[in-house]
Amino acid sequence: MFVSINWLKNYVDIDQISPEDLAERITKTGIEVDGLERFANKVNNVVVGYVEACEKHPNADKLNLCQVNVGEETLQIICGAPNIAKGQKVAVAKPGAVLPGNFKIKKAKLRGVESNGMICSLQELGVEEKFVPKEFANGIFVFPEDAETGTDVTELLNLDDIIIELDLTPNRSDALSMLGVAYEVAAILDVPIRLPHTNYHAAEEKTEDHVSVKVEASEQNPYYGAFLVKDVKVGTSPLWMRNYLMAAGIRPINNVVDITNYVLLEYGQPLHAFDYDKFGSTEVVVRMANEGETIVTLDDQERTLSSEHLVITNGKEPVALAGVMGGADTEVSDQTTSVLLEAAYFDGKTVRKASKEFDLRSEASTRFEKGVDPNRVRKAGEKACLLLEKYAGATVLAGISEFDQLEYSEKTVTIWTSTINARLGTDISNEEIADILRKLHFNFEQDDETFTVYAPTRRQDIVIFEDMLEEVARIYGYDNLPFTLPSGGSQAGGLTKQQELKRHVKRFLEGAGLSETVTYSLTTKDRATQLISPEVAKDLVSTVSLAMPMSEEHSTLRLSLLPEMLASVAYNLARKQSNVAYYELGSIFISKEEKVSQQPEEKLRLAGALTGEWLTHPWQQEKKSVDFFVVKGILEALFDSLSVKVNFVQEKVDGMHPGRTACLYIGDRAIGFAGQIHPQVQKEYDLKDTFVFDIDFDYILEVHENEPSFAGIPRYPSVTRDIALVVDETVQAGAIQATIAEAGGELVKDIQVFDVYQGEHLTEGKKSIAFSLFYQDPSRTLTDEEVEASYQAILAAVADQHQAELRG
Amino acid sequence: MKDQLQALEKEALQKVEDASSLKELQDVRVAYLGKKGPITEVLKGMGKLSKEERPVIGELANKVRGQVAEAIDSKKAGIEAAELEKQLAEETIDVTLPGRPIPTGGPHLLTSIVEEIEDLFIGMGFEVREGPEVETDYYNFEALNLPKDHPARDMQDTFYITDEILMRTHTSPVQARTMNMIKGERSVKMICPGKVYRRDTDDATHSHQFTQIEGLYVDKNVRMSDLKGVLDRFAKQMFGEDREIRLRPSFFPFTEPSVEMDISCKVCNGEGCSVCKRTGWIEILGAGMVHPRVLKMAGYDPEEYSGFAFGMGPDRIAMLKYGVDDIRHFYTNDIRFLKQYHQA
Ligand SMILES: [Zn+2]
Repeated sequence: MFVSINWLKNYVDIDQISPEDLAERITKTGIEVDGLERFANKVNNVVVGYVEACEKHPNADKLNLCQVNVGEETLQIICGAPNIAKGQKVAVAKPGAVLPGNFKIKKAKLRGVESNGMICSLQELGVEEKFVPKEFANGIFVFPEDAETGTDVTELLNLDDIIIELDLTPNRSDALSMLGVAYEVAAILDVPIRLPHTNYHAAEEKTEDHVSVKVEASEQNPYYGAFLVKDVKVGTSPLWMRNYLMAAGIRPINNVVDITNYVLLEYGQPLHAFDYDKFGSTEVVVRMANEGETIVTLDDQERTLSSEHLVITNGKEPVALAGVMGGADTEVSDQTTSVLLEAAYFDGKTVRKASKEFDLRSEASTRFEKGVDPNRVRKAGEKACLLLEKYAGATVLAGISEFDQLEYSEKTVTIWTSTINARLGTDISNEEIADILRKLHFNFEQDDETFTVYAPTRRQDIVIFEDMLEEVARIYGYDNLPFTLPSGGSQAGGLTKQQELKRHVKRFLEGAGLSETVTYSLTTKDRATQLISPEVAKDLVSTVSLAMPMSEEHSTLRLSLLPEMLASVAYNLARKQSNVAYYELGSIFISKEEKVSQQPEEKLRLAGALTGEWLTHPWQQEKKSVDFFVVKGILEALFDSLSVKVNFVQEKVDGMHPGRTACLYIGDRAIGFAGQIHPQVQKEYDLKDTFVFDIDFDYILEVHENEPSFAGIPRYPSVTRDIALVVDETVQAGAIQATIAEAGGELVKDIQVFDVYQGEHLTEGKKSIAFSLFYQDPSRTLTDEEVEASYQAILAAVADQHQAELRG
Repeated sequence: MKDQLQALEKEALQKVEDASSLKELQDVRVAYLGKKGPITEVLKGMGKLSKEERPVIGELANKVRGQVAEAIDSKKAGIEAAELEKQLAEETIDVTLPGRPIPTGGPHLLTSIVEEIEDLFIGMGFEVREGPEVETDYYNFEALNLPKDHPARDMQDTFYITDEILMRTHTSPVQARTMNMIKGERSVKMICPGKVYRRDTDDATHSHQFTQIEGLYVDKNVRMSDLKGVLDRFAKQMFGEDREIRLRPSFFPFTEPSVEMDISCKVCNGEGCSVCKRTGWIEILGAGMVHPRVLKMAGYDPEEYSGFAFGMGPDRIAMLKYGVDDIRHFYTNDIRFLKQYHQA
């Protein structure tokens, strides 16, 4: 809502406060002021001039040589505007004037002829093009005849007006009118309000003899009033009205349209003017549209209606889409002489539905949607009649043809001073509350600390105690509330064990060299199906997509964090950032239904992607690229820090390198995978060798032991034995290790691979793997005999199960 | 014999003096102090001496031995020190050469901000709760006093999956779920951080996915001044002790009264500058007293219980605090951007 300060001055005295201060007060007390702008700028030395003569320039076809009386003198001015004519009153920038854009007006010679000033268009005076009335859009502005020659144009054109732009919240639709804003300002500044009168001179002739009103959908249209005005002369509306409309952001059209717009802004009540002679009947019938019925609206679009749309008809066919837009057939034109003026109350939801469906949001529909003031509907119609009478020479017929089932009564809300203070933490007195209600112009009855408040109908938002609590609080001033801290609820806050664990994992991975990413949950349909961990894919039925995505790019919920993360990696590679190590902890969305009817299951996943160099030391010529074991090392250390035992099992995963991928297991439970992206997929994403992991983090949280118990520092020495075994190259270290662990018995506390060798001195197809075995008993020193026994048992077992031989 | 010993002593001491390595010194030791050394030889001839002379010569011989041994030891220490010095000199490195880099990582800026805010509210007795990102229409809207057709639903244009399932537009549904779980049996003091989604076209200030932290405190006798006090503490800890806050009226369907909280602009100290659009204030969050209908729907008696709620956007706070000029930076994951915020 754009509020012209000059217009507002008609209702409240605001001269004692600067526009800046007023804006600040409005913001702090009720409605956020989004901006404070000058409508245009004050100009000096620009006055109304009378064009006494206008002839063609002797040396230029498109220029005119004008003699313009500017009061104390007559200036010769050359003007190129196509619409200049003798007898016009125009805006003349005299020599010495400075126009917006620091354009200085000087005496000049144009094609050999002297020109002593400039005749201005509104745009040249700083008015935004979109507000300039169409007839002046491509030329100079022409004043009404009664504009006094020599008068300064700044005031006449309202150029120095200041516009307050209000950012209205949905509850404050009362401020969608100048009167509503006036009430707000009156309450803030504690100044009286002046309401406009609406008394027109009714003719003898009665409206009801020419128009009847019938409403068949009273729920959607509880009030419909039809006024009839005759002898209308469609023309230009008065300059002050055009000024106000432009200041409010509406382009003036003609007096009839301007008047309905003016009243809409003043009262917040949309009106509609039908050309009575084109109405097609003498009866207004309001009803729900028939299925498939059509109407051509003012914008010349044919609209197909349904039974959910409310229409105004002439008893036969629709002439307007109620509250949204009129029909083209009954539009007021230059030839119109009789106007049927509609002042109605349309149900917000009904209007909203239609305006949304046809994408026809307008000043009118917005107000109906939010609910207009029942007590202003008829008044607004009367005000429009008054203005038509005054500025369109109209004769207003007596009475209103109306249908009226509207609820006019004020809502009653009871408030108690003690409750208000208890809720706000304040110490407001009964007197202060009474004073606040008076400032707001709310009627009330007071019995000690009990106030029965009659919320005015313009304030549709006030229904319950809390609404009044807000009114009292804001007028009292939020700045005046004390600062306190909650007295009750001494509960200790904190993170849950799982939340702490999440932080632990983040810090751990960050310490290990990974940077956290945040990627989008919504991805493309393609990406949503890529690199899904096998245990997720197993239960999956379909992807979950948005009903109406903004773009394909963000249309489908992810089933893996990896695709978007890989896209981020590629983004970095494309910018010459070749070493990237990322992790993310985020949700994936699994639906087990063909067609979604329930929320998908959300699973927390821990994923990562690493590419490029891992360890480098440039001047020592050291370079170590990321490989599978870098990733595995990080994960092993992480799992170790979480005290969970995870096995890496060589398996194939879609989209992954078949020989360099492991699935991860806790016991029998698959919890994700780690490995290298398949070269083909790498190519698709524009990646170099990239290693990733993707882990079911929810399950980690589930199995994680709460508190690590203190195991004590070993008091007895450990015994280390090394064992080098020669096996077929296909035998996996993990398998041998498992055998060693089983055969070695309880005394074997740790087994570490310390060498893998293949090549010279070994038969082709064989490899040697060397393990260190750590023996320990927490309660005593081990004897050589028991270690030897275990060692021999291990040798026998690996020989049996893996045909392993001791390397000689 | 006496002269012989004295000559030997002189000779040996000269050799010790001349020795320039541990090896030479060892040779001297063997030559003069060894079992076949000249001193031993001299002593072998002691039998020829008189009873009176024997102890004198014996003493002298031991003295000579002692002197020589001492000289050797002291020379040895000197040589060792010199050799160590030489070795250390050879081991000298250029300490100005760069160290071996270790891979470094760090949290995402949004995580840092979220955790900072979490810790701050935890310090005021709040717990942290999380909930699903794909929500039901009921919890996202209806339970928060936003029935279908409510005009305020326009304020948060929604990604629907079906008519009843949607991407949550705020984290308030977590509050509704938590209250519903507790069923009005006790107080609730919680914050809920998380990802939220709105039907917005991504640009410098809009993102279809962003982060939110909402807070809720419901108890007996919760006052609006408590909200003001808690928010003031938050603002001062988050943005600096010298920040002021102000509340001004706003509208949210789930709170009444509703307010927006501004903090005084750090750039201009409230004087007005381009950062604060000349107002001296910067909008940080929305808040209010929990709407009685929301309390009732969650099983709380609004006559007995009252509460406050607030909601803020870590993306926006991060942008303000660190001067990030484009919200898309948070989701592009340019390593050069991420690394800038890894320092503590
Ligand atoms: Zn500032």
